[in-house]
Amino acid sequence: MTDIGWRQSEVRVSLAEPGDYWRLLKPRVMSLVVFTAFVGLIVAPVPVDPILGLVSLLAIAVGAGASGALNQWWDADIDAIMSRTAKRPIPAGRVTEQETLAYGLTLSAFSVMTLGLAANWFAAFLLAFTIFFYVVVYSMVLKRRTAQNIVIGGAAGALPPVVAWAAATGSLAWPPVVLFAIIFVWTPAHFWALALLRCEDYARAGVPMLPVVAGEDATRTQILAYSLLLAPVGVMPWALGFAGPVYGVVATLGGAIFVAAALAVFVRREGAAARKACGRLFGFSILHLFALFAVLAGERLAASF
Amino acid sequence: MPRTADATTGIRLSEAESRARISRNRAIGLTLAALVALFYVVTLAKLGLHLPFKG
Repeated sequence: MTDIGWRQSEVRVSLAEPGDYWRLLKPRVMSLVVFTAFVGLIVAPVPVDPILGLVSLLAIAVGAGASGALNQWWDADIDAIMSRTAKRPIPAGRVTEQETLAYGLTLSAFSVMTLGLAANWFAAFLLAFTIFFYVVVYSMVLKRRTAQNIVIGGAAGALPPVVAWAAATGSLAWPPVVLFAIIFVWTPAHFWALALLRCEDYARAGVPMLPVVAGEDATRTQILAYSLLLAPVGVMPWALGFAGPVYGVVATLGGAIFVAAALAVFVRREGAAARKACGRLFGFSILHLFALFAVLAGERLAASF
Repeated sequence: MPRTADATTGIRLSEAESRARISRNRAIGLTLAALVALFYVVTLAKLGLHLPFKG
């Protein structure tokens, strides 16, 4: 066997299309990031130049997409095992791990630099920290080691409104910290509701999600605890005076429904009723977070006209 | 030289490979053009020039 013959058999011409690279960015996660960051920008007490605001949002979105790509580079082995992720571009064989790594690092550098140039370097630092936290702290360190992976890792998902606030003001204050706290406390109940439904998938992939490690009953207790914590935290923007009465009503009602849905998950532990309760909590959790941030933004926009 | 032949290795691309490569190249070209436009408008905005759609 010649060396050249071996090399020729290894030659691979990519079949990847732009859509595969788009999917590496986790567009659905990115849309939530854009939305929460937009609210962070709107809530900031400083008028933002619309072009620079738009570019800042774009940079934050691309930064989030880059961390999604780097997460898929690192997790390609477990993505291939889980049915939910098996069709992602790397396990599907359309993009290689090396290509994804280069793509993720390039986008990370460009997004951080662009935010630094368009807004300020404090916001750029926070965006870089968000990417680092999601890729290194969550994906590389926590995800495969501890059942608290998504609790601590949730900080990465909670940071975009903080980054956006920093882009607008160049500093930090209580409002973005409260927005961070809402997403941070919301994340465990949201993900564990899904994890209860996908328990076997995570177990097969060896990911120590709470239902796999501590059991489904303990997970139900934790979900209820976090939903009880989320109810008052959700009302804080109104209590602290940076949200209006409409927000107060929506947050109170939504928080109560969230607790009721978590209670249903806690009580119904067997069969189809249990799965339905988990599905309902998961669905409502998305609606609840969306409603909180949408009302917050709506109130601000209405007040400015 | 036919379009489907790679000049450096002599590998003949299949139609699907060639199509994917062209679409990737187009996407890269569009992205570069968008970046030029992006940095152009950011520069104008940072310099404080009032663009017509700024209000």
